[in-house]
Amino acid sequence: MSSPEQWTHPEPDAAPAATAAKPTAEQVIAGLRATDEGGADLVQLLTPEGERVTHPDFDIDISAEELRGLYRDMVLIRRVDREANALQRKGQLGIWVPLLGQEAAQIGAGRAMRPTDMAFPSYREHGIAWTRGVHPTELLGIFRGTDQGTWDPVEKRFHPYTIVIGNQVLNAAGYAMGQKFDGKVGDDDGEATMVFFGDGATSQGDVHEGFVWAAVYDAPLVFFCQNNQWAISEPTERQSRLPLYQRARGYGFPGIRVDGNDVLATLAVTRWALDECRHGNGPILIEAFTYRMDAHTTSDDPTRYRLSDELELWKLKDPIERVKVYLVRQQWADQEFFAGVEAEADELAENLREFCVNMPDPPAERIFSNVYAEGNPNLEAQRDEFLDYVSGFAGGEH
Amino acid sequence: MPQYKQFPLPDTAEGLTEAEILTWHVKPGDTVTVNQIIVEIETAKAAVELPCPWAGVVTELHAEPGQTVEVGVPIITIDTDPGGAAAPAPAPAAAESNGTSSGKIGEEMPGGRIATLVGYGPKSGTAKRRARKDSAPAPAAAVAAAPAPAPVVVPEPVAVPAPVQAPGGYVPLAKPPVRKLAKDLGVDLYALTGSGPDGVITREDVESAVSAPSPVATQSFVDNGSRERRVPIKGVRKATAQAMVDSAFTAPHVTEFLTVDVTPMMELRARLKNHPEFRGVKLTPLAFCAKAVVLATRRTPDVNATWDSAANEIVYKDYVHLGIAAATPRGLVVPKVRDADRMSLKELAVALDELATVARDGKTSPADMMNGTITITNVGVFGVDTGTPILNPGESAILALGAIRDMPWVVDGEIKIRKICQLALSFDHRVVDGQQGSQFLADVGALLADPGFAMTY
Repeated sequence: MSSPEQWTHPEPDAAPAATAAKPTAEQVIAGLRATDEGGADLVQLLTPEGERVTHPDFDIDISAEELRGLYRDMVLIRRVDREANALQRKGQLGIWVPLLGQEAAQIGAGRAMRPTDMAFPSYREHGIAWTRGVHPTELLGIFRGTDQGTWDPVEKRFHPYTIVIGNQVLNAAGYAMGQKFDGKVGDDDGEATMVFFGDGATSQGDVHEGFVWAAVYDAPLVFFCQNNQWAISEPTERQSRLPLYQRARGYGFPGIRVDGNDVLATLAVTRWALDECRHGNGPILIEAFTYRMDAHTTSDDPTRYRLSDELELWKLKDPIERVKVYLVRQQWADQEFFAGVEAEADELAENLREFCVNMPDPPAERIFSNVYAEGNPNLEAQRDEFLDYVSGFAGGEH
Repeated sequence: MPQYKQFPLPDTAEGLTEAEILTWHVKPGDTVTVNQIIVEIETAKAAVELPCPWAGVVTELHAEPGQTVEVGVPIITIDTDPGGAAAPAPAPAAAESNGTSSGKIGEEMPGGRIATLVGYGPKSGTAKRRARKDSAPAPAAAVAAAPAPAPVVVPEPVAVPAPVQAPGGYVPLAKPPVRKLAKDLGVDLYALTGSGPDGVITREDVESAVSAPSPVATQSFVDNGSRERRVPIKGVRKATAQAMVDSAFTAPHVTEFLTVDVTPMMELRARLKNHPEFRGVKLTPLAFCAKAVVLATRRTPDVNATWDSAANEIVYKDYVHLGIAAATPRGLVVPKVRDADRMSLKELAVALDELATVARDGKTSPADMMNGTITITNVGVFGVDTGTPILNPGESAILALGAIRDMPWVVDGEIKIRKICQLALSFDHRVVDGQQGSQFLADVGALLADPGFAMTY
């Protein structure tokens, strides 16, 4: 049994642990299959081939104009994403968090919200920001290191980006509880809150706590989890024994898995979930089954941990192409429309580029000025000392 | 008029300082568009493609594939207005001030960018820090102040202030505010000894230096320097170092140890000393050890062989050129006893004595040190018990002979005081396996423990 030839081979019948340090070839292939197929519970209204299908529980009556609008949203935000990625590669941004592949999940969810609803993003929600009326240029400062985002979270009903993983789920749970306490829940005009996080965040204690609090207080909160299959380099199947949407059952509220690359299904499911919440039937978990087509951030190299086969499979499920095919097939859009959107995207990219390279560097006092709402003598002394030090350099501010 | 813009290597992840150029996708003369992939680079984190920031014509590539480039150093020049009127060739220096300073690590990065020579000339180099206002007017400052974001062509090369030479090669450790205080008070940090952790100069150190400029304060790094001696590495020291490093990193060493009761050998030595034939001969334990080694090599020729990696052969030798490591005023030398295997014990003893005398006089010729086949190092003369010797390059075994001491030893079930000696054999495991090495060491031990065994060889 202990001859040297056997030392190098694992025991053939010993099942490899799911949490083994390195996945076996079988696990990789199994994982590949798992990411590719959403399972029987996946809600889908538009197939990757662009065919409209029905669903017994969720359906949507969408006009040509509405769908053209969703198409435009997705094309523009994808272009913004690619342009920002390129700006990072040119040294104009310190980092960028790509959303490539998740356009339908974000545009579908974002367009389901009413202006009175509140959204809590993580850091990849450029599509949600777009639907809340936050211009992409307002995001750039965060990634250039010049500001914290320039939109008014109260006016836009869009909280600042949260970098700490899962942390915003607690904030959102609290906010939604507040909506309930304020009596803004219970009828068609009710308010709801939606919080965005990824599959990786579901392993965080904050998300668990958010689930618990929202559940016991019947908070009008939609937990919108974009399962893009990869928590940086960790695949979902190594983080959960069961599909993420099934976790909701343990907390006592519904969990729905929707095709996150299907903007119609995402819109339909999210609209339903928000309506449930505003009527007092929250919370609800939505798992948008999607895929991160690019790196986790510009600092990441996904070729080190995932197979390109997987990427190729997901390319066939592109969220934009299926809408384009459907629009053409329905004769809801012509070449002129598509060319117009392209031109608009070019213009937006140009804007973004110009805006980015011309962004002024913030004054040195900025690091002190936004710390306290009212002044603090200690901090002011530090500020004066620092400004005095900085002004000692030739060449002025830089 | 052509507008030349230079694209500095960006930090594509967080806090990277350099990247290697993998492939250029463009060459001089190519027309490029915005966001066209121009080059692939590899950083410590990932291989990434860089998009072109401007449309235009490639004028020059400043780095070759395989070259490692620091972040901030221009890698490509692009003419963004090639249709313009004729203009001089690419300027010798161009300042890239396209707002790229953001997100870099403080002012260390070429944020206040100093113009860099086109081509492979010096990088932003020594003048990365902006000059203080109160310092002498630095020509570099004017260039650094070039307004963002419009790229500016600055034709004249930039004079770079020479860096201050640090006496003794040390840089005093002090935090920036302390440095400023020292500068304001006119205190030379080089003359201070830091009282903080790891010798960091504190605010108190600077203040006390002002209040009491006593000689105490001059116990400085410079002073430390005078208590150190720097000797150039050359000659025997250098040759030894080279040989040891070569050997240690090419031959996989194995060292085995054996403790032997050499009382019978010492008794034999005492008898022979009184023998007329050995009158006047310096008969040392080393001579016995040498004899034992040459006898044992007969039974285990592997230890006397050489690994010839160039020829892919192991060279077995029918002779033994026995090296003896000798400490001399010049350092370690290893003269050889030629054909030691054909010598009697007396001849060996005489040869070893001569060898030692010549070596100590520093007269060992380089030829005397060449072509050994096996070596003995007599660490015992220093009163040392044993060691793990490093092979002489080209040889496959070296034996360390330890000091011979009176030690308790079990003889026939009783503890007796005996002459005990430790042997250590290092061998090249490419040539010699544990079995051969062990046998050789056991043979040498047996011969020293009972010289009568030699009769059986």
